[in-house]
Amino acid sequence: LSARSPSEDAYDVAVVGAGDVGAAIARELARFELRIALIEAGPDVGAGTSKANTAILHTGYDAKPGTLEARLVARGHDLLLSYADEVGIPVERTGALLVAWNEEELGRFGAIRENAERCGYERVAQISAEELYRREPHLGAGALGALEVPDEHIVCPFTPPLAYATQAVLAGVDLRRSEPVTRLERGDGGWQVGTSRGRLAAKWVVNAAGLRSDEVHAMAGRDGFTVTPRRGELIVYDKLARPLLSHTILPVPTATTKGVLVAPTVFGNVMLGPTAVDIDRKDDTSSTAEGLAYLRSLAPRLLPELAEYEVTAVYVGLRAATEHGDYVIGVDGGERYAWAGGIRSTGLTASLAIAEHVRDELDRAGLELRERPGGLPSVRMPNIGEAAPRPYAEPERIAADPEYGRIVCYCERVTRGEIRDAARSPIPPADLDGLRRRTRALMGRCQGFFCAAHLPAILAEHSDRSAAESTESPQ
Amino acid sequence: VSDGAARHERCEVAIVGGGPAGLAAATALGRAGVDGVVVLDREVEAGGIPRHAKHQGFGIRDLHRVMSGPAYAAGLAEGASEGGAEIRAEAQVTGWGTDGGLAITAPGDRYELDARAIVLATGCRERPRSARLVPGSRPQGVMTTSTLQQLVYLRGQTPGRRAVIVGAEHVSFSALLTLSHGGARAVAMVTEQPEHQTFAAFRLGGGIRFRCPLHVRTRLSSIRGRRRVESVELTNLDTGETREVECDLIVFTADWIPDHELAVLAGVELDPLTRGPAVDAALRTARPGVFAAGNLLHGAETADIAALSGRHVAGGVARYLDGEPWPDSRVPIRCEAPIGWIAPNAISAGSGVPPRERFLLRATEKLTRPRIEPVQDGRPLWSGRLRRLGPGRSTPLPPDWISRVEQGGGPVTVRLL
Repeated sequence: LSARSPSEDAYDVAVVGAGDVGAAIARELARFELRIALIEAGPDVGAGTSKANTAILHTGYDAKPGTLEARLVARGHDLLLSYADEVGIPVERTGALLVAWNEEELGRFGAIRENAERCGYERVAQISAEELYRREPHLGAGALGALEVPDEHIVCPFTPPLAYATQAVLAGVDLRRSEPVTRLERGDGGWQVGTSRGRLAAKWVVNAAGLRSDEVHAMAGRDGFTVTPRRGELIVYDKLARPLLSHTILPVPTATTKGVLVAPTVFGNVMLGPTAVDIDRKDDTSSTAEGLAYLRSLAPRLLPELAEYEVTAVYVGLRAATEHGDYVIGVDGGERYAWAGGIRSTGLTASLAIAEHVRDELDRAGLELRERPGGLPSVRMPNIGEAAPRPYAEPERIAADPEYGRIVCYCERVTRGEIRDAARSPIPPADLDGLRRRTRALMGRCQGFFCAAHLPAILAEHSDRSAAESTESPQ
Repeated sequence: VSDGAARHERCEVAIVGGGPAGLAAATALGRAGVDGVVVLDREVEAGGIPRHAKHQGFGIRDLHRVMSGPAYAAGLAEGASEGGAEIRAEAQVTGWGTDGGLAITAPGDRYELDARAIVLATGCRERPRSARLVPGSRPQGVMTTSTLQQLVYLRGQTPGRRAVIVGAEHVSFSALLTLSHGGARAVAMVTEQPEHQTFAAFRLGGGIRFRCPLHVRTRLSSIRGRRRVESVELTNLDTGETREVECDLIVFTADWIPDHELAVLAGVELDPLTRGPAVDAALRTARPGVFAAGNLLHGAETADIAALSGRHVAGGVARYLDGEPWPDSRVPIRCEAPIGWIAPNAISAGSGVPPRERFLLRATEKLTRPRIEPVQDGRPLWSGRLRRLGPGRSTPLPPDWISRVEQGGGPVTVRLL
């Protein structure tokens, strides 16, 4: 790479990383007269650490008061809640119950409420054991009481980054998938961004590279944080277990972890997890015998009947933890470089607030923000949650378009019509995993026993990609 | 699932699932002169699992001939149609309507079907890797026998080159055959049991022609590989010794779980051991008008046995339509370890004898010449020796003792003597 001035066709901003954070930033900046590239190393939007989180819409009641994270989670919660309504991201307003299983935990309730209030969240309320069991009759015996966190909801983990990126793409952002950034070089008035496919020029670079954000930071010639991936294993139980639970059940957090929760999912399952183990490799998303055994050992106390239900899936997510107790977000106006690192499990909740914050910081640092007339194009994402009707159960929709009556993933009731829609959407899936996140196909209890052999062809039928290219097993 | 906007339709008998059990039930109902039989199948074509099991060996017990799976499936569908049943493919029952009808999604149509009698014949599936909690990475190249057979026989694809088969039951040897047809070689077959659990003849067919080392008392303890499977770790359960086997395909076979969702949503009681609906000898569930047949009742039997179960249920359905009252009480049959399950698993008055005049029995470990005794309230109802009993393959238990069960008494327990 040779240092040269950005040409006329240089991007104004290159956002590195299309997870929750990067996609939200690209969307936010797409409101303005800017030429933007959203560059993703993986095959899809939200296919890195964003795809395997606990899918909780956090209030930030347990954040560290005064931190950037506390502020952005609180703000992000409200932003995402109204954005979800606007674009059709599945959310269920379940609330959470933080349960004390011994006197010591009960004794910490006062401090937890005080912490919540210092974070600006004032709706935490204590309920008696009797009231707890009235609300959650299947909970294991021995709970002494609970704190209700009424705004700690469950959200679809897959739709948000897709919605952000879809809006960004419709507003003219160039989404470049499967294109890892390999090098950043400072030239006059901007950056040369080297990628696996060549290079591009950008006046500003925004690093939202998640697990790799420290590496991109180093490419920009900086240090200051190191990402240590923290593995979280999750077990997803069969939908038949869903009636066991109506809130998210949280443990009393310790100094190091939020602990293992059991929660309903917007897809109608019950989820148990996550574990929290620091590991070395950023690509090691293996589950472990120890982690799964540990999670299963907790079920008898939390929700004894859970053990009678089948396990549908096991997921492993890596949190992008750093040595700092807070998000690491900053902008260097001189260098025309911004970074958003150390965004841990709260990143989904905070994403829209992080984007706002980064926008403001960029504005202050000298990025010219002229609003585009008409604002962002509106989008409506396909509903993949259980709280609202899905195409298979909508008679009028099926009558108008027979393809919505042709179920091809039996467990999750995904129709051909939805697969066609995904294939023709502004950001079509690159593989079956991408199809899964857009439609729920292959996410169910059979894990492909009935449909895995046929889905690639159905997807290919509506795409310009060949069936052979996407043939793969789902498990 | 309920939907006020959906239109309603009526029929005499709705059969959910157009596999061997459902189609054989439809055929037998036609022969018994029952009109208005509708078979609902969610696949593009009825026939069930045999549609994509393209080897010989179907039809032996029910049709007394040897056929390939696809020919057998086509024959069953033809028989049901000729008997007057209406087969609706691509019609999935997604739940129960508000008035007890079946909520159905089909191309261009969402409706509720109200039937006087319902036969659940939704079959069973193999537990996938996730349900078996096998740790490791999540690469491509991990599947169940069903997916393997569909890939090879319906889509003509090469699923991989070097395969490890988990399980050593009939279906595992069927996977072995499929692999060879698909151009893959099985490099290992692993079972946690001390030996395979299939008939010698079947094993000869698979084992000799497509020789593959069988690792007994062995667990597949981890999966490795990034995009594609690269290897598996095998652990010997007795010695704890581990070894790594290179492969690019893992086939999880057997370890069946009934597809019992609709039954559960109907509020039908499940047998805790089979995980299928608890039924009496006439295959009646605890919910009036709802019957269950075939492999929904228990982990898989072969297709011909499922079909005979379907043929059997038709008798009870016809009697019910003629006004035979639904039993208002029944005595459950429980099993004492190491007996794994029994089916049927309830006794009610006037139920007659089970399909093929036998109960099916399995154990969680291999037992040679065990003496079996069903008892009720401490009173032995029968006792006798069986030739063998074990996992993965059923042993018949004579039903002579049904008449000695007291309807008002406690549960029957089947135990070893």
